[in-house]
Amino acid sequence: MKPREIRLSTTPTAEDIAALRLGDIVYLDGLMYTAREGVYMRALEEKANIPMELPSESAANFHCSPAATIRPDGSFNMGAVTATASFRFAKWLPEWMAKTGAKLIIGKGGMTSRDYKQYFVPNGAVYLTTVGYGTGALLGRGVDNVEAVHWHEELGLAQAMWVLKCNRMGPFIVASDLEGNCLFERENERIAQNLDRLYEGTKPAVLKRYGETDDRSDELI
Amino acid sequence: MISIDLIQSTAETLMDKAAIEIPEDYLDGLKAAAKTEEGELSAFVLDAMLKNYEAAKEDRRAMCGDTGTPRWYVKMGNETQIEGGPIALETALRRATANRTNGVPLRPNRVHPLWRTDHNNNVGIGAPEIEYGYEPGGEWIDLITVHKGGLFGTDYRMLFPSDGIEGIKRFYLDCLVAFGKRGLACQPAIIGIGLGGCKDTCMVLGKRAACLRVVGSRNTDPRVAELEDELKELGNSIGMGAMGFVGKNMVIDTHIEVGYCHTGGMQMSVHAFCLSSRRAVARIFADGRVEYRTDPDWFTDYQRRETVEWEPVMEAAE
Repeated sequence: MKPREIRLSTTPTAEDIAALRLGDIVYLDGLMYTAREGVYMRALEEKANIPMELPSESAANFHCSPAATIRPDGSFNMGAVTATASFRFAKWLPEWMAKTGAKLIIGKGGMTSRDYKQYFVPNGAVYLTTVGYGTGALLGRGVDNVEAVHWHEELGLAQAMWVLKCNRMGPFIVASDLEGNCLFERENERIAQNLDRLYEGTKPAVLKRYGETDDRSDELI
Repeated sequence: MISIDLIQSTAETLMDKAAIEIPEDYLDGLKAAAKTEEGELSAFVLDAMLKNYEAAKEDRRAMCGDTGTPRWYVKMGNETQIEGGPIALETALRRATANRTNGVPLRPNRVHPLWRTDHNNNVGIGAPEIEYGYEPGGEWIDLITVHKGGLFGTDYRMLFPSDGIEGIKRFYLDCLVAFGKRGLACQPAIIGIGLGGCKDTCMVLGKRAACLRVVGSRNTDPRVAELEDELKELGNSIGMGAMGFVGKNMVIDTHIEVGYCHTGGMQMSVHAFCLSSRRAVARIFADGRVEYRTDPDWFTDYQRRETVEWEPVMEAAE
């Protein structure tokens, strides 16, 4: 069965979001901004004013640093666009969502169903994952132009807040829904059923490591 | 004498090629995988990746927005001389890295580990790495650039002889399952395994096994080659595919490189070279010829030599 394809605005309505199902393929239109640890720390911990009207301009937060450069004349050279792994940003996301009204969190690898249930669902937000990973050239084609780059002097190009105008940018895959279900956990559960058989015949290493046991008094052997 | 300007201009071309053009051996491997993939989502992902490689080449745009951490492997024939010497060579490679980070553009990934200082050009303390190898005879220099992703898919473990082959398999599976979930390793990947050496050389061997050998190549030791086949098969029987979705293609190939180690140990490292396996190679000759290729051809008999003297000298002594 071929997955469904959907075009979605980066300022989606509640109905748009409610209609999304795990595994749907999404293409985005409208403004999207990149924000990762640098932006979160600056906006939330250092309380800097966010230089955009959120969520009216955009409700789509992309965990991304583009392969891009600012030319000496101030214009932009936007190459490939790929996400970075999102689970590292869980500590900032609840406050970020509350502050900015983000409805689409876009990145790599998704979050846990616990994250989805705790603060995605109450905020009416879902997670879209990039594909591959690394369909950077395809996603780059979906960027009509760079509207602005904020905080690049303070944070560097990779951590700056890039504002991208998207035109059928994609593909992305819907990885959470409004019940807090997680696409990756669903897949992991299916795969896990096979793992015991796979490991059959192997035994744990003769010298264990902390992390494989949470008991720090464990002799590790 | 090899011209330093030619080294820099060739290095700049290589930076572009690595970022934009998927090597043919990996592409063929992925196409073969796509044909066999039955997982619905995994198959969609592989199809999107194949389209992405085309888009990158058409647009002359990097394949992936995370363009990794550019590094250089340099190999020379024994008679090679470089205009300006090794300092000029390293300067040329650092210039090429910085210039093409802005030119392609690549993502300026390299920052200070503590202060997060970003020079916006992928150059800094120890960056790009430049590693060297030498071959008997010849006046030429091979420039190899690899832009491997830098966050997920790599691990090291001190195993012991009593862990045996089953211990190797178990740690291999641990790495693939752990980093494969949610697709953090950006699989299907070329998996490189280092066995033996000391801790640092074990990591180096595994990384080179992933990045400096082409899909389909086999170790010259037939028993190691057999283990490569077995581990490739094992990785593809996890039931996990691209992005950690249900599927059957986790590994495009598995390469093993070994080094002599402490008698009590069996060091093991695992590395994953991702869906954008960025590598590009050129050989520059003293007469100014430049030949581009995608096979680094790093692991020659000389690189894997076991004896005190190199063979030709041994033969002469007999």
